[in-house]
Amino acid sequence: MKTTPPQRPARDDTAPVRPVRLTAGPLLLAVSVLLVVMLLGMTIGPAGLPVRGVLVELVGHVPGVDVAGGLDEQDTAVLWELRVPRVVLGMMVGGMLAIAGAGYQGVFRNPLADPYLLGVAAGAGLGATFAIVSGTDRAFVPLFAFTGGLAGVAATYALGRSAGGRSVNSLILAGVAVSAFFAAIQTYVNQRNSDSLREVYGWILGRLLTAGWDEVLTILPYVAVATAVIFGHRRLLDVLSVGQDEAGSLGVPAARVRLLVVLAATLGTAAAVAVSGLIGFVGIVVPHIVRMLTGTSYRIILPLSALLGAAFLVAADLAARTLISPGELPVGVLTAFIGAPFFTLVLRSTRRSW
Amino acid sequence: MSALAVGRLDVTLLGRRVLGDVDLAVPSGSWVTLVGPNGAGKSTLLKAVAGAVEHAGSIGLDEVSLDGMRSRERARQVAFVPQEPTRPDGMNVVDYVLLGRTPYVPYFAVESASDVAVVEELLDTLELRELADRPVTSLSGGEFQRAVLARALAQQAPLLLLDEPTSSLDLGHAQQVLELVDELRVDRGLTVVSALHDLTTAGQFADRLVLLVDGEVVAEGPVREVLTEKLISAHYGAAVRVVHDADGGVVVVPVRERTARLTKRTDGA
Ligand SMILES: Nc1ncnc2c1ncn2[C@@H]1O[C@H](COP(=O)(O)OP(=O)(O)O)[C@@H](O)[C@H]1O
Ligand SMILES: [Mg+2]
Repeated sequence: MKTTPPQRPARDDTAPVRPVRLTAGPLLLAVSVLLVVMLLGMTIGPAGLPVRGVLVELVGHVPGVDVAGGLDEQDTAVLWELRVPRVVLGMMVGGMLAIAGAGYQGVFRNPLADPYLLGVAAGAGLGATFAIVSGTDRAFVPLFAFTGGLAGVAATYALGRSAGGRSVNSLILAGVAVSAFFAAIQTYVNQRNSDSLREVYGWILGRLLTAGWDEVLTILPYVAVATAVIFGHRRLLDVLSVGQDEAGSLGVPAARVRLLVVLAATLGTAAAVAVSGLIGFVGIVVPHIVRMLTGTSYRIILPLSALLGAAFLVAADLAARTLISPGELPVGVLTAFIGAPFFTLVLRSTRRSW
Repeated sequence: MSALAVGRLDVTLLGRRVLGDVDLAVPSGSWVTLVGPNGAGKSTLLKAVAGAVEHAGSIGLDEVSLDGMRSRERARQVAFVPQEPTRPDGMNVVDYVLLGRTPYVPYFAVESASDVAVVEELLDTLELRELADRPVTSLSGGEFQRAVLARALAQQAPLLLLDEPTSSLDLGHAQQVLELVDELRVDRGLTVVSALHDLTTAGQFADRLVLLVDGEVVAEGPVREVLTEKLISAHYGAAVRVVHDADGGVVVVPVRERTARLTKRTDGA
């Protein structure tokens, strides 16, 4: 005898079965948010630019469109030499930090994994400090930061494993220890090189102050590669959510996946850190909000985190340079102001389920 | 011909020898069930065959060694239903079953239409279609067990390993799941190796039993030869009565020794 379970209004049997995917609604919303923030970032500043003029000027640069310039010569220079590169850099850094955070969270199966908490940022900071102090060519600062970041995450992971398996707490505590250690070395290095102290210090606090397109071009290859690799693993990160053993029996080379994603996320973080300094919490806050709003699949988390991470940082930078205008706050201070309380909330909510 | 051939399998975990010198031969298309007390090493043996545990010795399927095979290749040969499968947060049944297509999805890519077609067919076979959009965390034990089974079948592997597939199910659901496995085994020519703790059920759904104790095979053969009062009381430390029913089945009934003695005494008086 078979009992039929009539729990729910029956699903339409002809409805197509399809894998989880990013739907148009959230995508359009995220794109709109980003576009609005970009426009604000380009128009607001010491020299306010007219919204309409900026729009006309931007549209005029779309190949095939021919509209007469909406800005005078000086405003055009401000737009293309100051505002646009700054907004673009902010988008790249914010998007990268958010994707990297999501990648670490998938690999470590831990919603609190983040470049900051894993010692990556501290390591990258130390690496970049060495580069600045030793007068290395600016273009190579990301590589120094990458090496330091890798050392940081490796140390955190090893320490966390030896201290207590894969639990959330041991990983985070290990990250704190590693970060403190690296920070101590960094302080020491700075003390010994007081002539470059100002430069390093300004950099640590995080700023998107840019001379133009140089920084954008410096990090573009790193960000492109890191983003491509992490996005390539979007399905495998979902598979990893059943745990390493089960994923292995499903044919996932779990060790390789983890290694590749961690390398890519660390490379991307290092590149971002190398031009913008230490900007914390983007990697936790953004993916977490996306997860709360839309779901747990990395096929959704990654693209939306990229868009909203970009928007978040451009907005934070806008606030950083207008709040105490004509002065400028380091943007890292602002993200920390928003991020730290948020982090506490995440910690509280995850205590129950992890 | 034997599909699965395990030779001199040795597993040491945390310095303890968990499996010692285990040999196992499972004929193609048959169902062999591992029985044995808790901690005997049943799960470890299945995990070793699934490639999830470091081991010494040989494991071969149809004369091809599984050791050294890439995990992707191996997952096309061996599907594993673990004892306590993880229920990933926020994943619905369709995506959960699609996980079984992982060994066929190219690196960096997502499922193709043919992967989805395989899963659709399984959703119908396992009566999961109505649950397709439900998060796996919301399923009952029996429903989730069917989803896990569907995921394993989506791997389209000739060898299916089941670790205590009925441990969280009540009697009726347990029977339904095992019947289903048996039907699929016959339909698809699968070879099944399972671990079951319920001895009577184990006897009903297997061609042969293997009694594993402290990591060693102490008895193996047809159900009647393994499920004897002597072997069970010796290795489980339990008092049981084994009843042979009319159509060849074996029923293992636990008895309470004190009651048994009392009964004898009253008989004698
Ligand atoms: N990961 C592990 N590390 C150390 N010992 C383990 C591990 N897994 C299982 N064991 C030990 O191996 C023995 C066999 O376990 P298992 O194969 O799970 O037995 P069964 O499935 O027959 O109950 C037990 O003594 C258990 O404590
Ligand atoms: Mg077991």
